Amino acid sequence: MSDRDPELTNVAPGEPHDSLMSETISYVVGLGLALLLTGVSFWVASTSALWGPGVAVGLVVLAIAQMGVHLVFFLHITSGPDNTNNVLALAFGVLIVFVVMIGTIWIMAHLAANMGPTPEMTNLTMQRG
Amino acid sequence: MSATEAPAVGLTHGASEDTGLGNRGPQSKSIVVPYGFWLFVLSDMVLFSALFASYASLVHATDGGPVTNQLFDRTKVAIETLALLVSSFICGLAIIAAKRKNLLWTEIWLFFTGLFGFVFLVIELTEFVGMVRIGAGPQRSAFLSSFFTLVGCHGAHVTAGLLWIGTMMAQVWAKGFEPHIVRRLLCLSIFWHALDIIWVAIFTIVYLIGTLP
Repeated sequence: MSDRDPELTNVAPGEPHDSLMSETISYVVGLGLALLLTGVSFWVASTSALWGPGVAVGLVVLAIAQMGVHLVFFLHITSGPDNTNNVLALAFGVLIVFVVMIGTIWIMAHLAANMGPTPEMTNLTMQRG
Repeated sequence: MSATEAPAVGLTHGASEDTGLGNRGPQSKSIVVPYGFWLFVLSDMVLFSALFASYASLVHATDGGPVTNQLFDRTKVAIETLALLVSSFICGLAIIAAKRKNLLWTEIWLFFTGLFGFVFLVIELTEFVGMVRIGAGPQRSAFLSSFFTLVGCHGAHVTAGLLWIGTMMAQVWAKGFEPHIVRRLLCLSIFWHALDIIWVAIFTIVYLIGTLP
């Protein structure tokens, strides 16, 4: 396999491959990127060099990036015409996931504020399970 | 679609001129089956989003019991993450071998997929047992109930995946690379990769953000 082999260079990660080499390379690239993003996540979480309040947001961004890597290199989601249904289903799934998560966190965070709680109620660490 | 259509890798099938708009009748099974399984995986992710939402709502409701910083060990989580990621990667290699109908390598890679998944599960169970021993079981607080539900649900999925991997090793061995067997293998790989995606969310939200100073 030379570097000029069109099979190696002209195929997007998610496209069907015919060559053993290019398919394996796609998975190796995915593994490398995932390892890199995981490593950065653990570094960001343990270093004190970064601005504290921004670390959580950065971690979420890194996680979403890694999910993207998994989708493209491992699950082979592409923008090709034969993948339209998969992408649309994914988009709907992502929408529901975000509505459920952000909606719940938003409502639960404001619920206590709108209930006019007693001081004991606001102390979540003392709430009984 | 002819019967000689190459088995697909992941969710992608062999190149076709069809745009998927239905002007040539129903798609072949190699397209419809992974699509249907993809819908299942996505609904599974919706299930996990509800568990994540309840965890995020209850993470501070510790009832005076242990909090995230006292319970989680980042080194263990890093090893778990690595084991599951390598397992997911090797699962991809198994599919590449299966696509070429190479029985020996398919079985070898499937075995290592399961082995690394098993390593992950053992570390997770050790963590759970250790937590229950120090009185941080699921009954202790709402935070721990939601923690065990969320992470335990993922662990249950991994356990089911391990059983499925064993089943597929036996089926490939006994029946060879029949089209329906290869489709099952594809669904297994989709399931396994999806579990790794959910784990990325768990180690970020539960373990890393949970143990920030």
